[in-house]
Amino acid sequence: MLRYTVHRLIVMVPTLLAISVMVFVIIQLPPGDYFTTYVDELKSQGENVSADRIEFLKQQYGFDRPPVEQYFVWVFGMLQGDFGYSFEHSLPVADIIGDRILLTFIVSFSTIVFTWVVSFIIGTYSAVYQYSLGDYALSFLGFVGLATPNFLLALVLLWLANVYFGTSIGGLMDPDYLDQPWSWGKMLSVLEHLWIPVVVIGTSGTAGMIRRLRANLLDELHKQYVVTARAKGLHPFKILVKYPLRMALNPFIADIGNLLPQVISGAAIVSVVLSLPTTGPMLLRALQSQDMYLAGSFLMVLALLTVFGTLLSDIALAILDPRIRLGGGAEK
Amino acid sequence: MTGRTDIPHYVNPAPFDPHSVTAITPEQERYYTASQWQLMWWRFKRHRLAVVSGAFLLAMYFSILISEFIAPYDLHHRNTQMLFAPPQAIHLFHDGDFVGPFVYGYKKSLDMVKMRWTYEEDRTKVQSLRFFCIGDYPGAAYEFWGLIEGSFHFACPADGGSFHMMGTDRLGRDMFSRIVYGARISLTVGLIGITLSFVLGLAIGGAAGYYGGITDTIVQRIIEIIRSFPELPLWMALSAALPVNWSPILVYLGITFILALLDWPGLARAVRSKLLALREEDFCTAAQLMGARPKRIIYRHLLPSFMSHLIASATLSIPSMILAETALSFLGLGLRPPITSWGVLLNEAQNINVVAIYPWLMLPVVPVILVVLAFQFLGDGLRDAADPYK
Repeated sequence: MLRYTVHRLIVMVPTLLAISVMVFVIIQLPPGDYFTTYVDELKSQGENVSADRIEFLKQQYGFDRPPVEQYFVWVFGMLQGDFGYSFEHSLPVADIIGDRILLTFIVSFSTIVFTWVVSFIIGTYSAVYQYSLGDYALSFLGFVGLATPNFLLALVLLWLANVYFGTSIGGLMDPDYLDQPWSWGKMLSVLEHLWIPVVVIGTSGTAGMIRRLRANLLDELHKQYVVTARAKGLHPFKILVKYPLRMALNPFIADIGNLLPQVISGAAIVSVVLSLPTTGPMLLRALQSQDMYLAGSFLMVLALLTVFGTLLSDIALAILDPRIRLGGGAEK
Repeated sequence: MTGRTDIPHYVNPAPFDPHSVTAITPEQERYYTASQWQLMWWRFKRHRLAVVSGAFLLAMYFSILISEFIAPYDLHHRNTQMLFAPPQAIHLFHDGDFVGPFVYGYKKSLDMVKMRWTYEEDRTKVQSLRFFCIGDYPGAAYEFWGLIEGSFHFACPADGGSFHMMGTDRLGRDMFSRIVYGARISLTVGLIGITLSFVLGLAIGGAAGYYGGITDTIVQRIIEIIRSFPELPLWMALSAALPVNWSPILVYLGITFILALLDWPGLARAVRSKLLALREEDFCTAAQLMGARPKRIIYRHLLPSFMSHLIASATLSIPSMILAETALSFLGLGLRPPITSWGVLLNEAQNINVVAIYPWLMLPVVPVILVVLAFQFLGDGLRDAADPYK
């Protein structure tokens, strides 16, 4: 077990390095940099910028050095917790993203819990009562959920809420709590607002998970040990819970690796639509204004979140399933 | 005699056929001698929903060939008299009399409090629709695929009337026409993207599966890295990197390329694992023993046997591309006007306050969901049919 964990951790290092290179290349891709955009903007407003000042700023942030050097400065900075400087907000990146990352984490985590709970209940029901009316209805609903892009769902929900309740359901907390330190009240307010983005982001993942659980459980239910247990007179509920359900639960852990990128992607766009104070809207803005360190840090942290999530799910899976553990570092 | 009646001796005059037990009906024979693709087609036909979805998609794709004919107005035509006009419902009966398809004209008034136009159906203005007509109204003229000038439409408004089945937008452009034209971009993004991704996936996955060893390891790692990244933020970052001064058509190609760039790992992985599994099959060994060269084995034996699977999984990933384009354009990072896709249209619906007053701006959502669902069902049907021997 220890060997497996260590192996996975070692494999993670090159992955993260590769991701950091990729992120750096991407944020360097747009022609020009923040300062050219900034100078253009000021010029279009008829203001003049002293070339000296820009030159000084460029020097201070190392824009005059070759890209490779910039990359290493950036990576080593990140290792020490220095994510660079946001030009647009005139603040260190670390100061801006902390709260937003936390909220993104809360939203993603709740979404996954939501996905688990709902798909567990519906998937089990659908498999046990296969081809019943409820199964058909839920399967159809699942299909629609799978096909409806979540930002459109968010848009439609916003509109419905606006028409029928006259309220805006956007945001993640009461406006009073914005920019306030964390407190009980803020916590509760977040919890109150949380369910809408969670439902919106979780729909497609839940639909997929239901189908997988249903298929898995159906496979198990037709196996001989179930027939044996039934022949021995075990209570149907006990049979279900004790054996097949346990076997069918594997994808719940194994699929985190697929689910997590999907959830974080979904959260990015849904939060733009619902104007949640998570990473999405700020990332969008940072990308548009070429605030490169801010955008780069967001991309990096999102990737980190995914990679770590996948790692945790792999380790959990190894604990649950001896076949993976004993295979050493072998890939699935 | 003991009352026993003898059964009369009987001999079947027909000649004895020792194979009668093993004989098969013509139907069975048809089944057993059918080619793989024929079997797949039969299998596919049984999946009703998939067939319907396939027909729907064919119709949609056919429509983009003749968008100009279907749309009553030109893509950019502005009816300045009808800003934010609500959809005009098509009626058949006026005052209990059958008139045929017609719309009521609008009575327009300016709401000085909310500062916007309000429209009311004017029951006295009955504007009968014309069908298969040469349009002479503003916005009727078009250049078919930018080449041939014309003004022949499926449906035209009455003389001096208007026909906005799905309302108009902020500039008075007909939503229905824009959705029809938008299909051209939205539907082809998926097709071109999947073609690129298919080629990439086939080449890279094929190389990994065929050469194995170090190539395989590197490809596996790259796939893993790309897949571990949340797609949408990456898409956003890449499309934000497209230069602003590119022409719309270049941006369109750029976006499809970006979509393909992140989509191939799934296909490559499928190709690789299929190649690895099929390499061990008996028919492959047999071909090897008979002296077939690797090239022949790959193209003649391996490729056909997993092509169907690939097509099925490609079909299943088209909707995610269409959705990605829609999402990017919706955020304003993807395609930009004057190119019009469903996502670009939805970009106008980004502001919830606008949508609350003019809900028909959200209508492009409907074709997006329908097309995605149809692809989903079609892909499902294809996947079931892909392995007809099971």
